[in-house]
Amino acid sequence: MNDMARVERVVDTGQAKITASDVQVHYGDTHAIKDVNVNIGDKTVTAFIGPSGCGKSTFLRCLNRMNDTIDVCRVKGNILLDGEDIYDKRVDPVQLRAKVGMVFQKPNPFPKSIYDNVAYGPRIHGLAKNKAELDEIVEKSLRRGAIWNEVKDRLDAPGTGLSGGQQQRLCIARAVATEPEVLLMDEPCSALDPIATAQVEELIDELRQRYSVVIVTHSMQQAARVSQKTAFFHLGNLVEFGETGQIFTNPQDPRTESYITGRIG
Amino acid sequence: MTDISQSGAPKHASSLLSKDARTAKRNRAESRFKLYGILAIAVGLLMLITLVYNIVSRGTGAFTQTFVTLDVTLAEDKLDKNGNRNLDEIKKVSTFGYAPLIKDAISSEVEKLGIQTDLSAKDQAAILSKSAAAQLRDYVIANPDKIGETVQFRFLANSRVDGYMKGRVSRESIANDKSISPAQLDFVDQLVADGVIVKSFNLDFIFGADASDQRPEAAGIGVSMIGSLFMMLVVLALALPIGVAASIYLEEFAPKNWITDIIEVNISNLAAVPSIVFGILGLAVFINYMHLPMSAPLVGGLVLTLMTLPTIIISTRASLKAVPPSIRDAALGVGASKMQSVFHHVLPLAAPGILTGTIIGLAQALGETAPLLLIGMVGFIASNAPDSVASGLLSPNSAMPAQIYEWAKRADPAFYERAWGGIIILLIFLVTMNTVAVILRRRFERRW
Ligand SMILES: Nc1ncnc2c1ncn2[C@@H]1O[C@H](COP(=O)(O)OP(=O)(O)OP(=O)(O)O)[C@@H](O)[C@H]1O
Ligand SMILES: [Mg+2]
Repeated sequence: MNDMARVERVVDTGQAKITASDVQVHYGDTHAIKDVNVNIGDKTVTAFIGPSGCGKSTFLRCLNRMNDTIDVCRVKGNILLDGEDIYDKRVDPVQLRAKVGMVFQKPNPFPKSIYDNVAYGPRIHGLAKNKAELDEIVEKSLRRGAIWNEVKDRLDAPGTGLSGGQQQRLCIARAVATEPEVLLMDEPCSALDPIATAQVEELIDELRQRYSVVIVTHSMQQAARVSQKTAFFHLGNLVEFGETGQIFTNPQDPRTESYITGRIG
Repeated sequence: MTDISQSGAPKHASSLLSKDARTAKRNRAESRFKLYGILAIAVGLLMLITLVYNIVSRGTGAFTQTFVTLDVTLAEDKLDKNGNRNLDEIKKVSTFGYAPLIKDAISSEVEKLGIQTDLSAKDQAAILSKSAAAQLRDYVIANPDKIGETVQFRFLANSRVDGYMKGRVSRESIANDKSISPAQLDFVDQLVADGVIVKSFNLDFIFGADASDQRPEAAGIGVSMIGSLFMMLVVLALALPIGVAASIYLEEFAPKNWITDIIEVNISNLAAVPSIVFGILGLAVFINYMHLPMSAPLVGGLVLTLMTLPTIIISTRASLKAVPPSIRDAALGVGASKMQSVFHHVLPLAAPGILTGTIIGLAQALGETAPLLLIGMVGFIASNAPDSVASGLLSPNSAMPAQIYEWAKRADPAFYERAWGGIIILLIFLVTMNTVAVILRRRFERRW
């Protein structure tokens, strides 16, 4: 728990990349997100924590409009990316998702080769001019996903044949391959061993130099280690949002305090 | 924690080495159920074996045929009186003109072998099929230069003689039969002894055309097989793209509302509509209204397309549904469009299921008879093989099951045997198609 002592971390208070205001999400009759207002900074890591079922994934999926694919899901309120409303009628979600990449809670590699998994995004977005460039992107992405050494000799093997943790890192590599500006990660380390977790955290820290990263996690230590800002969700409400150090050492809301000290969850 | 330790004696105290009453009871129930399962399979297998045994034992006869080998002198004075080999004049000689040649040939064969018989030359020649004269005539027209020579021919025997050779016809059974007499059967026995009459494999049954009521021995299923083939081509070319496009749209793109619900219910209803309804629909729409030709495989194919579409749509939708949604999320998550996610990821995963559904739909269509009756693809029409794709689609033809129905309907028991033989061929096609479906599915599913 001594990670929590890292209060002194340098916080880059860059301008907001994403501004969400009065966001409400309904799944049919379930009111899953209630009036959430949050600013996600550029070049920062923002952690979403909270008990299971409190709406972290739901809110994360609002940020790249993945909720559009769920018929019963309705999103209200404003979410601005670089000042532009992503729910505007003129916005094509496909273009948005190229900018806002996502790693899902359950690893979901394509049933294709490892190479094709990573190369797919760059291919459809035309990021590589030729095979050599594509090879380079694939290698770089796999390295950043901390999986290059394990798969470099079998890039043609199916991605679904990897272990759960390897699949998740492959999905991270796939997400970073398209060079998104914002990366949404839904519990990316829940299936990883401590070594791979450390590598992914290192990657997150590196991504922060250029991108904005939002990570959902159930591990307080992880939130404390990698994030600069933390948002605590409870029953669909954003209870508290602030500097990570402050949330973990001096929470304002009693619910936050109970949660991080392990009394509710 | 204290609650558990206070609850008295442990719940599972007995030894693991002996079964308690509950476990024994459950095990008995399980073995009883297994027994029922095995019994059910045994009953199914027994029925299958009976079916296959019946079909094979009744149908194999159609694949062999009795032949009579004769040397025929193509007499110039009868076939080409002027001796100028003018094809138009040769064609004027009808099959009646050839009958004397056959009579002469059989008489001289009898003389050569020294066979004693009281039969007239006409009765002797009657053991041959009525197609023998036509066979001679076709040969002469194709090879006019052979006129005047003696050529060896293999003629089909009459269906009664063929039945006698196969044990279907006996001296008792022909008591009231005017077309053959016991004396002729004696004559056949003598020719068999001399090797003039032999029973051998009959390729013409598989590749030949249907023949008229009078000549069951000459009937083959080949032309109606071509009819079936053209119908299947039409079905494949229409039902597969339409069905797959409809399913992809309904499954992946269409909004879920009451309109799509109604469409969904109606597709299921369509799958349950009896095939004869499609037949009468085809008659009303394609023939009476659109004036497409009667009995054409094109019309048959259109009708069967209507019938197969729901099957293909239902199986395609089922296989699209079976693709895990996480794959769609993954594709959308890296910024693929809906269409890219469907065509790059979902469709390849669903392909084996779609393929299997399509092949099974085709197999169903191949075996369908009822709608063909209504659009006139039955009767003595499969008589000429089509000479081009267009005529294959448009000229009157039959289809395998309709041909089988036609044969089964005719009075002569010799046709009955051919119906069974046709069933064997049809079943070989169906079994092959279903096997291919299974193999394809295995192959594609094993890819990852
Ligand atoms: N597809 C859906 N349809 C209907 N309700 C949903 C759907 N997805 C989530 N919900 C509901 O929305 C609420 C929030 O779910 P969400 O998945 O966002 O929780 P979470 O915070 O990510 O939980 P966890 O930590 O367990 O992943 C839950 O009450 C859940 O039942
Ligand atoms: Mg979640």
